[in-house]
This record gives sequence, C-alpha cells and structure tokens, in this order.
Amino acid sequence: MDNKEFFIYLLLMAGSTYLIRAVPFALIKRKIKNPFINSFLYYIPFTVLTVMTIPAAFYGDYSTLGAALGIVTAIILAFKNYSLTVAALASSLVVFITDLILKYLIK
Amino acid sequence: MNSFLRGLKSGIPIGLGYLSVSFTFGIMAISAGFSWWQALIISMTTVTSAGQFSGINTMVIPGQYIEMLISQFTINIRYSFMSVSLSQKTNGRFRGIYRWILGFFMTDEIFAVASNEKEVSVSFFSGLSVIPYVGWATGTLLGALIGGFLPEVLMNALTIAIYAMFIAIVTPKAKSEKNVLFAVIISVALSCAFYYLPVLNEVSSGLAVSICAILAAVLAAVFFPIKTEGENENG
Repeated sequence: MDNKEFFIYLLLMAGSTYLIRAVPFALIKRKIKNPFINSFLYYIPFTVLTVMTIPAAFYGDYSTLGAALGIVTAIILAFKNYSLTVAALASSLVVFITDLILKYLIK
Repeated sequence: MNSFLRGLKSGIPIGLGYLSVSFTFGIMAISAGFSWWQALIISMTTVTSAGQFSGINTMVIPGQYIEMLISQFTINIRYSFMSVSLSQKTNGRFRGIYRWILGFFMTDEIFAVASNEKEVSVSFFSGLSVIPYVGWATGTLLGALIGGFLPEVLMNALTIAIYAMFIAIVTPKAKSEKNVLFAVIISVALSCAFYYLPVLNEVSSGLAVSICAILAAVLAAVFFPIKTEGENENG
C-alpha cells in the first residue's frame, strides 16, 4: 500500500477511535441522576470485558487445553486477589508449558 | 504518595500486559505487509487492541473507508460508555481541555483501574496512562523488529495475557458483589450464544461484543439497580 493510502486509513482509524473516547468524556459535565443509566454504566465495563474474553480466549493460536488451564489459573489467582500482572504472567506460563508438553512430549 | 505517582504505579501491570499484546500486534502487522514504523504509528495514534487488529486487516485492501469506519465504530463504541461512566467519577478540576487530552487514553484497562477509584483526578489519570501507553508502543516496536526470532509456542502463549488481565479485573468484583456476578453470567451466556448458535454467529465479532455487553448491562441494571443517592461504595 502506498503512503497516502496508509495515512488516510490511519486518520480514519485513529480519528474515529479518539472521537468515540473523547467526545462523551468531554461533553458530559453533569452528574447523571437517572438510576437506570447509572446502573447501566456501572455494569458496562464488566460486561464488555467478559464478552471479549469468553469464549474468544479459548480460540487463540494455542491448544484449547492450554487455554482452559490458563483461564482457570487466571480465575483462581484473581479470586485470591493476586495482581493483574501475576495473573497475566502465570496464565501465559501455564499455556506455554502445556503447549510445550503437547508439542514435544505427547505426539 | 502523591496521586500522579500512585497512578504511575497502578499502570505498571497494565503496561506489562500491553507489552505482550502489542508485541503480537507488531508481529501481525509485519506479516500483513506493514513496515515497522507504520505498526508503531498505528499503535501510538490509536491505542486500542481489538480495533487495531481488525483495522490492519481492512487497511491491506485499498479503498475500504466506509467499512473501516463501521467496524471501528462497532468495536469501539464500548469506549463511549466507559467515558460516560468515568465522567461521573472525575473531580471538579478534571474538565475541559484535560478531558479532551486524557480521553485519548481511555482503554479498557485504564478505565477499569480508574473506575476503581472513589474520585479520579487529572494527576492520577495522567500517571495511570503513562506506562500502559509506553508499553503499548514499545511492545509494538519490539514485536515488529524482533518478533520473528522468538519460538512460536512462546509467542502464542503470550497472547493469552490480555484475557488473563480481563479476568483478573472482573473476578474480584464478581466475587464480592452478587449483582456483578449476575452481569458476568449473563454476559457469558449471550457471548457464547453469539459464538456458537447458527444465524447469531454470523454477526461480526465487533458488533456482537457491543450487542452482548449492552444487553447484559441492561438486564443487570433492570434486576439489580445501583443506588445513586448519597455515598455508595459501588460509586
């Protein structure tokens, strides 16, 4: 692709992403009183993150078994209130070890 | 500890998580035919995971401008809800130009950490944004430059880190609040329905994320409304 095409696409992607984030943030100045909207806004981050994770996390470029073990690892560590970093690294490690075993030890 | 430093520290795990995810993005961008500086510019101007992964697939086909806007909109519309949500938690000084500038950094994880605060200040949010942003850019650059040299099994294993991070954000809240657990269970059910059921699984993944997340949040809001009067630990 030539540079002009690249920068047109970049402008569309970066520009739309920025506006979607910044416009509501900058324009809503008041406290929202409506209890339904407030409740909705309280739940939305949890529902977004959950929907993005399940079931997509099972279908990366790794084995489904590795994914399942990695996900369970993350849930257990999070349940015990370990930090995001610990959960992320431990989960990757579990997937890595599982897939190494599957690839080289069990044929 | 002042709030900028506290924010900076809260951003470390996010930055580490981003490093591995954006590393993958760097590798994917190179294999899609982009050069390293293009991958880096995309990450530094867009700062989003799902949108960029989808975006580079659109970019390689010339002239798909409308498609680009539609897919970006559906994938990213969740940020609008996050921005509205966080606009309710910012303190008095956090307005005007600060919101136009710092809104740029509204990612899922920065939002999740910020919304755990009782009140969000400009300095906390600024501090919080630094390391994730640097991590996102650095990971992309490293992935683009050296990704090809790592063993594939390791590379692939690193890509689960972002999901593990999402899980680690949601689980503690779902554990301590039954209403959040309800929202999570509904989300899982809807998301699986859109993944596995015929007809529903033809909806594009970006749009499906928006539909499922909005529907689950509406149901949770109907069945478990949050009190807004006075002090409420749920914010």
